[in-house]
Amino acid sequence: MPEPFSGTTTHSPITHHILSVLVENKAGVLARVAGLFSRRAFNIYSLAVAPADAHERFSRITIVVDAESAPLEQVVGQLNKLINVVEIRDLGSNEALERELLLATVHVAHDERDHLLESVADAGASVVDVSDEAVTLTLSGTPTALNAFEAMLAQGYPSREVQRTGRVALPRLNHSATQA
Amino acid sequence: MNITGAQALIKALEQQGTEVIFGYPGGAILPVYDPIIDSSIRHVLVRHEQGAGHMAEGYAQATGRPGVAMVTSGPGATNIVTPIANAYMDSIPLVVITGQVPTAAIGTDAFQECDITGITMGITKHNWLIKDAKDIPDVIAEAFYVATTGRPGPVLVDVPKDVTQSMVEWHDCPTPDQLDLPGYHPVLEGDPEAIAAAARLLADAERPVLYVGGGVIKARAIEALAELVRVSGAPVVTTLMARGALPDSHPQNLGMPGMHGNYTAVTAMQQADLLVSLGARFDDRVTGRLDAFAPRAAIVHVDIDAAEIGKVRKADVGIVGDARHVIEALSAASAGLPRADLAAWWATLNDWRERYPMIYEPASDGGMLKPQAIIEKLNEMSPDDTIVVSGVGQHQMWAAHHWNYEHPYTWINSGGAGTMGYAVPAAIGAKAGQPGRTVWAIDGDGCFQMTAQELVTARSEGIPIKVAILNNSYLGMVRQWQEMFYEERYSEVYLSQDLPNYVMWAEAMGCVGIRVDRAEDVEAAIEKANAINDRPVVIDFRTDAAEKVFPMVAAGASNDDIMVHPIQQAGA
Ligand SMILES: Cc1ncc(C[n+]2csc(CCOP(=O)(O)OP(=O)(O)O)c2C)c(N)n1
Ligand SMILES: [Mg+2]
Repeated sequence: MPEPFSGTTTHSPITHHILSVLVENKAGVLARVAGLFSRRAFNIYSLAVAPADAHERFSRITIVVDAESAPLEQVVGQLNKLINVVEIRDLGSNEALERELLLATVHVAHDERDHLLESVADAGASVVDVSDEAVTLTLSGTPTALNAFEAMLAQGYPSREVQRTGRVALPRLNHSATQA
Repeated sequence: MNITGAQALIKALEQQGTEVIFGYPGGAILPVYDPIIDSSIRHVLVRHEQGAGHMAEGYAQATGRPGVAMVTSGPGATNIVTPIANAYMDSIPLVVITGQVPTAAIGTDAFQECDITGITMGITKHNWLIKDAKDIPDVIAEAFYVATTGRPGPVLVDVPKDVTQSMVEWHDCPTPDQLDLPGYHPVLEGDPEAIAAAARLLADAERPVLYVGGGVIKARAIEALAELVRVSGAPVVTTLMARGALPDSHPQNLGMPGMHGNYTAVTAMQQADLLVSLGARFDDRVTGRLDAFAPRAAIVHVDIDAAEIGKVRKADVGIVGDARHVIEALSAASAGLPRADLAAWWATLNDWRERYPMIYEPASDGGMLKPQAIIEKLNEMSPDDTIVVSGVGQHQMWAAHHWNYEHPYTWINSGGAGTMGYAVPAAIGAKAGQPGRTVWAIDGDGCFQMTAQELVTARSEGIPIKVAILNNSYLGMVRQWQEMFYEERYSEVYLSQDLPNYVMWAEAMGCVGIRVDRAEDVEAAIEKANAINDRPVVIDFRTDAAEKVFPMVAAGASNDDIMVHPIQQAGA
């Protein structure tokens, strides 16, 4: 297991890099990308993939790379050699707009939920499912926000199950003309 | 016109210019073997699928055209994995067609099913599984295009049996500009600014070396290289994959660098102030210990594969492009520039060449045959354009050094993978592609035993290659390491000179077998072999097992610690 990603890419030392990879949506393309990483001893921290256009001709894979395992140019250079890889964007820490989704089921009795629900509201998360024993929460936001939310859950609620998607990212827009 | 998928496949291969398929039939590929009967394509029936792959590689290396191999699913497909890996390491254009179980059976562990696209994902440039017969012309066109353009390499097309059995309306293969490959754009021309910067570095360098690799051969950049060599006046080293890129007789050719390179080639790189790498990849067998490799050299790295630049050694100037195009542009950019005086550098190099030539101790009277002497004799007695194909081991290094390569595409071997057993089948493929040329396989006794059965193929298909076994009764290269680095504790390297009986084996396979024990019989045997053109010939040369390959840089050592031949050590 790689170490959990801590903090935003801007604040943490840059050991992770975000690659936004446009691929042809052909059979086995994910295996080709993943196989390349393991074969060349590059580490993947997280990976998210989904169709990138209405015709599903292309998919976009957002890969967070452990940049310490290999020089980024090597990762990009080798990825580019895959015939199904159409375009690679290296999103540097400042240019990337990153989002991630979290689902968490927290086991907590009815009468002990007030504090939790307060924190949920504070964090901008929401409740998506409820039973007598547990609530399921969701939060989408920056990886930092999700980290903070996860840390809060870890402190107060020992019995929980958390699932994160891994981040997706796009380049930030050019803000020079408008307001930052 | 409605035809079967199998007919479409053969038609597509014909449209791609396939002359010969090296192959072996079986259940899943059976439908495709029917239209072969009516095709203009020659099919060479091998005796093991590994042979088909290596033949296709030898064909490609001798002709510059892609080699084509066809095998059935399951074990047929896995038997050709080694040649695919070999072609991937040596950037050989290879198109492998594999039969597959019917699409409905895929994933059920059906008889002779295996996930060959999964298995070969990491050792092909790309592979395809065809699910619909109407895709056949397009996929075959893509396969040939990908295999032969950019950095060449192997591709594999897996075709399920129901696809080749189904009926389909034929359409012609698309031309390269019609292909739908949005992620594949090989670059030919290098960046002019980078080329200008490289030209300035080359003009200013006082101790430059042109480091020529297999890419120069692949790019058919021989004339371009000769011009750059002339314009620059710089010394040249030709790697194991590039022997023949510049004639060995050329005064600026220092020979082969690397672990078993000659002293001058190795040391010139170590002392250089500039290395201009042309289609080479700083392989560990060339660099030795990386942090001690060419420590004072600036690096110009020209490669068609952008990922090679900076992969091993940081480049001061990286140029992505086809070797021929870039070398031509580099010569042009160099032409007018004032050049540094290379006289001192050449004086040093010539002094090394004089002091440390490639030598060996000649056989004593009545002593065992020296493998180096046999290679020199073969060279002397063979036509100038003879193609030499080698296996892997000591004999390979001797063949690389002691034959004078005067022409490109005359030296064929397994470099990056070091695949024992390469020589016999690759020689057959080379001869199939160049039937008018003499083809000598220079093989080891160990290697010969891995793929010798393909001589049956050679005889039955009328492909008369010649094989010189340098029979030292050992896995000689491994023996040499055990002698030098494991205190002469020889473990599992002895093979015996008489078992098998090579002459009887050759005869049993329909070849002429000759055995040579004594120096005075060498010439007559070669003469006899050269006179036979209707069938393969095998000469079993009984050579001195004690002979070692020198110079040598121990694994992981710095190239500065090159060990020259003991005779030269004493004299130094
Ligand atoms: C398929 C394969 N297996 C093992 C090796 C390791 N290996 C390299 S050279 C060599 C010995 C080759 O023996 P032989 O063909 O007799 O050649 P020699 O070195 O004696 O000239 C071996 C075992 C290899 N390169 N390839
Ligand atoms: Mg041997």
